[in-house]
Amino acid sequence: MRDVPEHPDWLWSSPEPKRSYDVVIVGGGGHGLATAYYLAKNHGITDVAVLERGWLAGGNMARNTTIIRSNYLWDESAGIYEHALKLWEGLEDDLGYPILFSQRGVLNLAHSLQDVRDSVRRVHANRLNGVDAEWLGPDEVKEICPIVNVSPDVRYPVLGATYQPRAGIAKHDYVAWGFARAAAAMGVHLIENCEVTGVEVADGRVQAVQTTKGRIAAGTVALAAAGHSSVVAATAGVELPVQTHPLQALVSELLEPVHPTVVMSNAVHVYVSQAHKGELVMGAGIDPYNSYRQRGAFHIIEQQMSAALELFPIFARAHVLRTWAGIVDVTPDASPVVGKTPVDGLLVNCGWGTGGFKATPGVGWCYAHTIAHGEPHPLNAPFSLERFTTGALVDEHGAAAVAH
Amino acid sequence: MLLIPCPWCGPRDEAEFHYGGQAHVAYPENPAALSDEEWARYLFFRDNPKGRFAERWNHTAGCRRWFNAVRNTATNEIEAGEVTA
Repeated sequence: MRDVPEHPDWLWSSPEPKRSYDVVIVGGGGHGLATAYYLAKNHGITDVAVLERGWLAGGNMARNTTIIRSNYLWDESAGIYEHALKLWEGLEDDLGYPILFSQRGVLNLAHSLQDVRDSVRRVHANRLNGVDAEWLGPDEVKEICPIVNVSPDVRYPVLGATYQPRAGIAKHDYVAWGFARAAAAMGVHLIENCEVTGVEVADGRVQAVQTTKGRIAAGTVALAAAGHSSVVAATAGVELPVQTHPLQALVSELLEPVHPTVVMSNAVHVYVSQAHKGELVMGAGIDPYNSYRQRGAFHIIEQQMSAALELFPIFARAHVLRTWAGIVDVTPDASPVVGKTPVDGLLVNCGWGTGGFKATPGVGWCYAHTIAHGEPHPLNAPFSLERFTTGALVDEHGAAAVAH
Repeated sequence: MLLIPCPWCGPRDEAEFHYGGQAHVAYPENPAALSDEEWARYLFFRDNPKGRFAERWNHTAGCRRWFNAVRNTATNEIEAGEVTA
């Protein structure tokens, strides 16, 4: 019999929860862990518990397609996503942990004259915001990604693409483990199998959370519960403008390296990269109905595949290995909500919908600032809950291409 | 794929339908009288329960009519007897 390697050392300890913390973060995904890390590192706040109802990073952090980019149209979005991208660029050194961040670039394809106009506009907007962006013609697209079909004789020909060279992918599990390990080393308690069943409010101020491991008092409760944000916030009497949907993705069997970059297409609606291990990773849009079940319908996968084959005829004989879904919280303007709620001491980070992974370090940084100061960081200030009343929406629907 | 009971055509595949979101959201009787908060609530806030949810569907590839159903968003089961024209 072959030797089986020993179980690796645990990267973090799993303490029993104390009865009280300065800060309780609800949700041990990427955002929750990054927030805890920057709370400790940037603000010296370490009396912090991250409560996770399952295991760390087992929700959307384990289910996304790991695309990282910052080429959003509006200033507000470019601000927070570019801040995130800059942090990604130094994250491996910062965490002292490998995250396999690979800046292989992203192509956002244009298939119609309107696509072209929107894309060129976005390139200019990106440059004004210090985000690297280029407009490429079909031949240049072909040079960067030789397997894309740029023939004019298809239903939706590739008329060009925006290109962000600094975009890329990272290994999502390693990212979560890196943040968890570093946060735990600074004294943050990471508590798994601990579901928050209620948020206790008295006199308009948050007091504690009720959990499956008992009551835990907190000075600040910061939600980072993704698809379940509405459910948790409702226990504090706070309503959120989000709707929860399944978002599916899939991987192929392991293949030789064939796909050197990340390709996204809004019009035929698919995004594709090839993971370090060799599987093609693809995703597209949400399943249309509200649901908390982490699965979607197969006809959505079929539509993704037909889109992928239109762009990449070479994939015709690849096999789908696995499909899955996460549940994502989608806002009316496709931008997140990060900031205060009507309840004192209760903060919310939600509504990242289909695009939360790329923001992980950036939102962790800004959310930690919001927790530490009781006021939003300038980069997340535009993403307030009040914007739905004031009308100052950050409308990224379609502006930044595809379900991201 | 969901099997959705259209009240006119019977059970059909989800791919034949268009989703309409939460049911029973009435247009405000006097929109001009609403405060900004009330207008925001009408425009942007919908229930998002994990559990029973009354919702609208349109049978776009069939009879093209709207109807209401009650589905459990935790299980995706559509309640028998709760589909109404």
